[in-house]
Amino acid sequence: MGRYVIRRLLQMIPVFFGTTLLIFFMVNVLGDPIAGLCGERRCDPATAARLASEFGLDKPAWQQYLTYLGNIFTGDFGTAFNGDKVIDLMGEAFPVTIRLTIVAIVFEIVIGISLGVVTGLHRGRPIDTGVLILTLVVIAVPTFVTGLLLQLLLGVEWGIIKPSVSSEAPLDELIVPGLVLASVSLAYVTRLTRTSIAENARADYVRTAVAKGLPRRRVIVRHLLRNSLIPVVTFIGTDVGALMGGAIVTERIFNIHGVGYQLYQGILRQSSQTVVGFVTVLVLVFLAANLIVDLLYAVLDPRIRYA
Amino acid sequence: MRGATRARWAVGAVAVALTATACGGGGDSGGGGGGADGIVSSSWGDPQNPLEPANTNEVQGGKVLDMVFRGLVRYDSKTGQAKNEIAEKIDSSDSQNFTITIKDNWTFSNGEKVTAQSFVDAWNYGAALKNNQKNAYFFQYIDGYDKVHPESGSASVDKLSGLKVVNPTTFTVKLSQKFSLWPDTLGYAAFVPLPKAFYSDHDSWLSKPIGNGPYTIESYSKGSSMNLRRWDDYPGSDKAQNGGIDLKVYTDNNTAYTDLTAGNLDLVDDVPASQLKNVQADLGDRYINTPAGLIQTLSFPFYVKAWNTPGAVKVRQGLSMAINRDQITDQIFQKTRTPASDWTSPVLGEEGGFKEGLCGPSCDYDKAGAKKLIEEGGGIPGGQLKISYNADTGSHKEWVDAVCNSINNTLGNNKACVGDPIGTFADFRSQVSTQKLTGAWRAGWQMDYPLIQNFLQPLYYTNAPSNDGKWSNDEFDGLVNKANAETDKAKAVSTFQDAEKVLAEQMPVIPLWYQNGSAGYSDSVENVSLNVFSVPVYNEIKVK
Repeated sequence: MGRYVIRRLLQMIPVFFGTTLLIFFMVNVLGDPIAGLCGERRCDPATAARLASEFGLDKPAWQQYLTYLGNIFTGDFGTAFNGDKVIDLMGEAFPVTIRLTIVAIVFEIVIGISLGVVTGLHRGRPIDTGVLILTLVVIAVPTFVTGLLLQLLLGVEWGIIKPSVSSEAPLDELIVPGLVLASVSLAYVTRLTRTSIAENARADYVRTAVAKGLPRRRVIVRHLLRNSLIPVVTFIGTDVGALMGGAIVTERIFNIHGVGYQLYQGILRQSSQTVVGFVTVLVLVFLAANLIVDLLYAVLDPRIRYA
Repeated sequence: MRGATRARWAVGAVAVALTATACGGGGDSGGGGGGADGIVSSSWGDPQNPLEPANTNEVQGGKVLDMVFRGLVRYDSKTGQAKNEIAEKIDSSDSQNFTITIKDNWTFSNGEKVTAQSFVDAWNYGAALKNNQKNAYFFQYIDGYDKVHPESGSASVDKLSGLKVVNPTTFTVKLSQKFSLWPDTLGYAAFVPLPKAFYSDHDSWLSKPIGNGPYTIESYSKGSSMNLRRWDDYPGSDKAQNGGIDLKVYTDNNTAYTDLTAGNLDLVDDVPASQLKNVQADLGDRYINTPAGLIQTLSFPFYVKAWNTPGAVKVRQGLSMAINRDQITDQIFQKTRTPASDWTSPVLGEEGGFKEGLCGPSCDYDKAGAKKLIEEGGGIPGGQLKISYNADTGSHKEWVDAVCNSINNTLGNNKACVGDPIGTFADFRSQVSTQKLTGAWRAGWQMDYPLIQNFLQPLYYTNAPSNDGKWSNDEFDGLVNKANAETDKAKAVSTFQDAEKVLAEQMPVIPLWYQNGSAGYSDSVENVSLNVFSVPVYNEIKVK
């Protein structure tokens, strides 16, 4: 087990270098970021040159990358063009996005798995068909439509929520945005759970458990659900990274100042330090989430062992 | 059916959770009490640069500076006329050497007195190359600028030789050339005085700027909000009529507008284009749509030979005639732009140099005449006009397509004009300013100060900083020099207009339309207006 974890951690190193390298060069080929800094007028050449050397933009790209990597290991993610330290931006953005992601994941787990279990146990019944149609609709409608619709109905028409989230972004204000963010994944979780449950419901061990006279609740939760969760956990695990990085649309609609917002700003202003920094952290989150998923397999099914 | 029961429980839990948010959400809107101490909440965008006066060149940072600082001169919010604020008088006998006397009752909000030294130090700081201030060129007319801010290389000195402190309330300025309208430029934020704290503890000043304006900054959390409060000891005449302003950063102006309609926000100073159709129904007379000092144009590359020929003049005039400005401003911009017929802006007023129709027939829509002129001029260079624009912000695609459509209709050729989107503003600006574009591109000019000079010299003078198309004309340059040397203001303005007539003859850029400022406000505030820079006059807003 320990060995396995160490091996996985070592594998992260090349992935980390590869992704940062790719992102760094992709942002760098976009053109001269200094040109956008002075608005509709040209920066005067002397100031532009000084700014370029301050941000290290006058050096060849490979040298910029090496300097950048060197700084990262000392915890210095550089400075965004508006003078803010990228590490400070992260300190503001990540807690917000992590809260939002947690809300979304909780929705996925609670609603998604519950609906999946219910429909899986009642295949072909009206409730199954109903939920299937519902998930189909949710998957088919783009997130921004759901988001804007809920914002308009709950926020403006009925006045149940505030249409935008305040800058502190407390948990209760994030419930609706979290639901919007989770909606598509939630539908997938429902469908995955349903299929998995339906498949395993006919398995020998379930029949044995029922024959032993175990209470129905125990049969479903300990025997059937636990064995059916492996594909679901895999999906939710990879979804953590996807939700954090992909929240741009939801964050824009509800005015949440999280990772998506910072990335969007960074790309618009070609602030390579911001973009590369945030993506680097997202890559680490993604890798960690995948590792945790793999370790969870053994918890769910003790036959799976790591060496 | 025990499973179904559980499902019902889960659905119920979500409903409970949603209702719980409701209680948290609806209650505290607006904030603050009413009346003179009421707080106004307003939309804001993340400033692009650190909040230093000489480093702020966009609207969002400018908004804050306008509340926190006052300079020698202030522009009237309605007419745009420059009036003395901290300046007692600005004297000059030769349009080149100025003596500035300031009133002695002004202080910064931390108690420090505003003296002649506060101005001279701030201007020296702003001009010095080593401080990387993006508005350094505002000090270019002051003698010695080329020493503290050379075009390339490093500065030999760090103080402007043209600035001298005579006594605590007087300083003199020597310009490197005659410039009669120069005192009128001093209302720009780059010229405000700075307290000693700015230099001694720069980082903490930046995290909470201290100024001498009607508001002080109570708290500032970068990227999300800023709370400004009325400064009760403010010495100026334009004291704040409200208790303060809460600026809130919005990631998307659509969300800000939604918040306004939901009663969650008092003021939106940028109504999104997509909402213009609903704005009358949503806000009625709480929607403001007034002219701002902003003109949009179509620029051409004069560094490309084909565009720099006598024939190309006719082609540009023909293209200008082929654009149906009235239709585009009506249908695409919902009358938030006005068709342009000169190269300035209506906010200057007749006296300031705005002259409707100066462009002449070249700016009137005339299909037949346009076709004839373009053919006489030898057709569009390269056979096709490409109009470049940035696709990320400002929804330029719609109008560029409409302009092309108008040109194509005129010429009866579907491929005569095409839009050429460029991904980001930064990339667009980088291609424009390094002369990479070979077709036309969209350009916009927001005035720095309400002067006709500001609409002409930086844009069309030979090698001027924003003359991206590299147009050059001796007659034009000569008239601008002559206008700057005039001691009489009216004479200067009319000479600038003569220079503008050269633009009408040569059509180096096609004027498209004047842009309005648009804003909307809630029914809990009143007396809301936009100044000539399309920034809300915050200190005059009253809370009901």
